[in-house]
Amino acid sequence: MSRKLLLKNDHIPGIAALKTYKENGGYTAMEKALKTMSPEALLEEVKTSGLRGRGGAGFPTGMKWSFLAKPEGVPRYLVVNADESEPGTFKDRYLMERIPHLLIEGMVISSFSLGANSAYIYVRGEYFYVSRILEQAIEEAYASGLLGKNILGTGYDLDIYVQIGAGAYICGEETALLESLEGKRGNPRIKPPFPAIAGLYGCPTVVNNVETIAAIVPIIEMGGAEYAKIGIGRSTGTKLISASGHINKPGVYEIEMGLPVEEFIYSEEYCGGIKGGRKMKAVVAGGSSVPILPTELILKTAAGEPRLMSYESLGDGGFITGTMLGSGGFIVMDEDTSIVKNLYTFSRFYHHESCGQCSPCREGTGWMEKILHKILEGKGTLKDIDLLWDIQSKIEGKTICPLGEAAAWPVAAAIRHFRPEFEAYVTNPESIKDVKHYYRLNPTV
Amino acid sequence: MAQTTDISFKPETFELIQKITKRYPDGKHKSALIPVLHIAQAEFGGWLSPQTMDLVAEVLRLKPIEVYEVASFYSMFNLQPVGKCLIEVCRTSSCWLCGAEDIINHLEQKLNIKVGETSSDGMFTLKAVECLGSCGTAPMMQVGADYHENLSIEKVDKLVDGFRQENKQSRYC
Repeated sequence: MSRKLLLKNDHIPGIAALKTYKENGGYTAMEKALKTMSPEALLEEVKTSGLRGRGGAGFPTGMKWSFLAKPEGVPRYLVVNADESEPGTFKDRYLMERIPHLLIEGMVISSFSLGANSAYIYVRGEYFYVSRILEQAIEEAYASGLLGKNILGTGYDLDIYVQIGAGAYICGEETALLESLEGKRGNPRIKPPFPAIAGLYGCPTVVNNVETIAAIVPIIEMGGAEYAKIGIGRSTGTKLISASGHINKPGVYEIEMGLPVEEFIYSEEYCGGIKGGRKMKAVVAGGSSVPILPTELILKTAAGEPRLMSYESLGDGGFITGTMLGSGGFIVMDEDTSIVKNLYTFSRFYHHESCGQCSPCREGTGWMEKILHKILEGKGTLKDIDLLWDIQSKIEGKTICPLGEAAAWPVAAAIRHFRPEFEAYVTNPESIKDVKHYYRLNPTV
Repeated sequence: MAQTTDISFKPETFELIQKITKRYPDGKHKSALIPVLHIAQAEFGGWLSPQTMDLVAEVLRLKPIEVYEVASFYSMFNLQPVGKCLIEVCRTSSCWLCGAEDIINHLEQKLNIKVGETSSDGMFTLKAVECLGSCGTAPMMQVGADYHENLSIEKVDKLVDGFRQENKQSRYC
């Protein structure tokens, strides 16, 4: 089921340049939007499309836009979240690097609909080279009258700026991102008020993921109703999946929502199966924070239905037997992988990235990292496994922002599905001697 | 009040900073802080000394504490001196699954330093860092703004030897 909307022109050499982008139909959706549609009509198309936030939360984009306060005389902002930092996720980087004008076109349409005259792209600091690509594309757009004053003679003005971060996962949380954009520490804000009411500089603001804003272009091109026919159920359209780990063909793939997970992993069109012909042990389907699932549950739901790449199907069974589509960061692990060691890399990550504002997260993430380290060193006890469970349950739901959940869920899921492996570490290390703690570089396998 | 410091930005850098502050609405020039800290770090030896941060405070008309608290929050800002060439190897899940530890161990041996240390000649600092969004091309390392991906031991050797030869200075901007 191959259907490309965002990456349909990805194969064309030079598509990053404005000239080539335009020759291949670029900026026609923007022209249609600005010249023939009202901001309200655009919002209706986005609502009709069923588009849901592609950063991870899956919140309906049209609804988010409709919450935007519009007080007289107060500027509104569109902020694009390009802080992509969820381990396993690299699709926004790919999109911005390959087709920067798709994001810019989506931003002009979105800003016009929201009534914003300034928009920012907040790019994670490590993607500095990507920010340069974006700046170059923005310059081209200004020079062609696609940005700036009186765009295409319509009287609409928009300025787009690129802002770089400086290394902080937490800035992917929208209010932390806004704090950072204001030149402060990336401490998430207490909500309400939500950014739609008081966002950047206290003004009404919409923060959307790169892929979400890029998807506005095909939605306006084909109309929301047509877009909604693509995909399955409430998971409309296509999704960029970042595939990594022990697969033959890692990379960014655009899939139509509803593609069977098994097809995604094993078909030559996508991941091409597991490296070295080995068996699969587990998958983290939507970035590091979503629950890990063992092979039998990622391929089929608890009811025995084939698992599909969609918000609903991946979520089927809740956190007991299901997971989340999340950011689409799809990490595959082969049969030899130590689930405990992999979890340790996640917990170390969350400990490093906790902003320190809320004690359950600041302290709890460190405790979880330490306990996992102790277990890996063969010094753990059965009680430590219960303690891990206890700590994660006391972080979840008790913090200002979802980093608490993001740190807790992977721990809970690993214990839920792989408890015998944790127990083997402390009671019978001999039985897990084939599990790999250390992956050697072996490009030929 | 910001103390007057006895270091200053190059004139062209100062001009660039003035240009950056214009990206934000009137009175919101504090937004320029992170971009300007990157620039300052690049201009003053790859790290932010208290003196450099005071200069940033002065130029942006901020209190020094507003600069310190931000500089200390973000992992890309070095508050201690680093080697001329900073090598950052990703170690999170996907990179670990694809052999990042081999890369880190090899670099430790090759540079004769441990993660977090700087070589005695001041040339290299080695860091192990968290996910850099290069999971599909793992393992990887970042040197300045450059991503080096799909690493092998041979590739690392070639890169590091090249850095040594050209006396490479890692820079983000």
